[in-house]
Amino acid sequence: MADITLKQNEQAIVDGLKERLPDLAYALERSCGQLALVVDRKDVVAVCAALKELPAAKFDYLADLCGVDYLGRRDARYQVVYNLYSIPLNHRLRIKTNVSEDDCTVESVNGLWKTANWHERELYDMFGIEVVGHPDLRRILMPDNWEGHPLRKDYPLKGKGQREDFSFVPENERRPARKPVIKSEEW
Amino acid sequence: METRELKINMGPQHPSTHGVLRLVLDVDGEKVMNAESRIGYLHRGIEKLAEHGTYQQAITHIDRLDYISAITNEFAYCRTVEQLLGISIPERAEYIRTIVAEMQRISSHLLWLATHALDIGAMTVFLYTFRERETILDLFEELTGARLNNNYMRIGGVSKDLSPFFIETLYKFCDEFPPHIEEYDTLIRENRIWCGRTKGVAVISAEEAVNYGLSGPTLRGSGVNWDVRKAEPYGAYDKVDWTVPLGTKGDVYDRYWIRVEELHQSTRIIRQCLDQLPEGPILVDDPKIVAPPKEKMNTEIESLIHQFKLVSEGVQVPEGEVYCATEVPKGELGFYLISDESGHPYRLKIRAPSFVHLGAFNRLARDAYVADIIAIIGTIDIVLGESDR
Repeated sequence: MADITLKQNEQAIVDGLKERLPDLAYALERSCGQLALVVDRKDVVAVCAALKELPAAKFDYLADLCGVDYLGRRDARYQVVYNLYSIPLNHRLRIKTNVSEDDCTVESVNGLWKTANWHERELYDMFGIEVVGHPDLRRILMPDNWEGHPLRKDYPLKGKGQREDFSFVPENERRPARKPVIKSEEW
Repeated sequence: METRELKINMGPQHPSTHGVLRLVLDVDGEKVMNAESRIGYLHRGIEKLAEHGTYQQAITHIDRLDYISAITNEFAYCRTVEQLLGISIPERAEYIRTIVAEMQRISSHLLWLATHALDIGAMTVFLYTFRERETILDLFEELTGARLNNNYMRIGGVSKDLSPFFIETLYKFCDEFPPHIEEYDTLIRENRIWCGRTKGVAVISAEEAVNYGLSGPTLRGSGVNWDVRKAEPYGAYDKVDWTVPLGTKGDVYDRYWIRVEELHQSTRIIRQCLDQLPEGPILVDDPKIVAPPKEKMNTEIESLIHQFKLVSEGVQVPEGEVYCATEVPKGELGFYLISDESGHPYRLKIRAPSFVHLGAFNRLARDAYVADIIAIIGTIDIVLGESDR
């Protein structure tokens, strides 16, 4: 953290955030010149609310929200990433929070940015991370009766969802479920 | 008399949903009380597929996101990978990318205008816009070998240089095109039915549009002056003179004329880029990123090894992550790419404008009339390949 030098506007954002939330524990990361703020899961909504309002930040636009699966690479398996953008000030910031496998939940930011609604549904659909406080948490891309969460790293690329596995195909027409041909770990 | 709310299903097979979008409408007489959009019928798992292929292989899938403007998708993706690699591409390549991206924007907007007008009932526009779109697609065929899903850009540049014929034809197109735009305009701009169907429909305020994450012409219709090409310039956009058209009312009509105005601006950009087009290479000179030319591969063992490594292992991208936004015809296309120092993306998140716009569909459609639903689907300019990924 010590080797990150902040630009003037970034310093103003961090200072403003510290002033607003004095007890906040955070870490800074930089990659490709883009700054990321890693915060605790319980602080996400408070941090986002502060960043939306602070005059030095004004992050009025949630560009993207997504999950990442670090299976076997990190202690906390998932990370939820919020990519924020400020239209009036033309700067970006990334908020990241770690989510462990045992308590796979994250709080909703739908109250701040309405666009989060569908992003959070996708997060739930693809990674199985429950979004607490979401008004309508259902699957969005996969069918409602789908089992599993496709973007998890332990979900195979092939071998699931063959037509004959669907319940609408009559029992006698179903073939025995095929074994996955390619295992994800082999790739 | 007994009255009750009715649930109506629309799609997924419906000509004016522009793909396989399914809507479940709660209607009270003619009024839509709630419009739930269900997507996923075209979900191909492109994000998952990208994780299992090399960086170059992903370009083929990226083409099939917004399949009517494939080149701008490639542009966005290649920029993202190049940012992670920390390289800048030759100037000529930047100009060529800008030219083809703007051509693609024109063809995408023309297709949008044609189908949007067709949905609302103005059929003739379709016939005219497809005539000009054909010219662009023919040029793409000449340049890339394909009319759609071009697979033209490479990480580190573009695959083929512009031919004199291409440049000549494009100049001619730039001369002929603006009068054609006027031609479409005379058909609909002051048409009473068109105005009646679009003015004051699906109004969204600037603040709300930002909150819903709208982008591109859909956002600028509400008067928000934000275009990624201006705010975070890339390609050759900061070297040419052009303006961002802005609406005031935030209704379907404003979003319509903004896209028409963008046709003029894109033509301006293309013409200036052609005028300024610098000489030079079209790919970076780095065998770790770009495969060496075929002659070298046939004669030099080192080049052959480079090519073999590139194809079998992929471009080796240093560890890191980047979020890169690009202005595509529909809005902000963002790629959030995480690399773990291998030849495959560790995670590629696609922030597709159509997905976000569809998320705001319920807000736009609520309290509208049933007949306006197709006007609203048209105005947010969606492509289901992109929203379902």
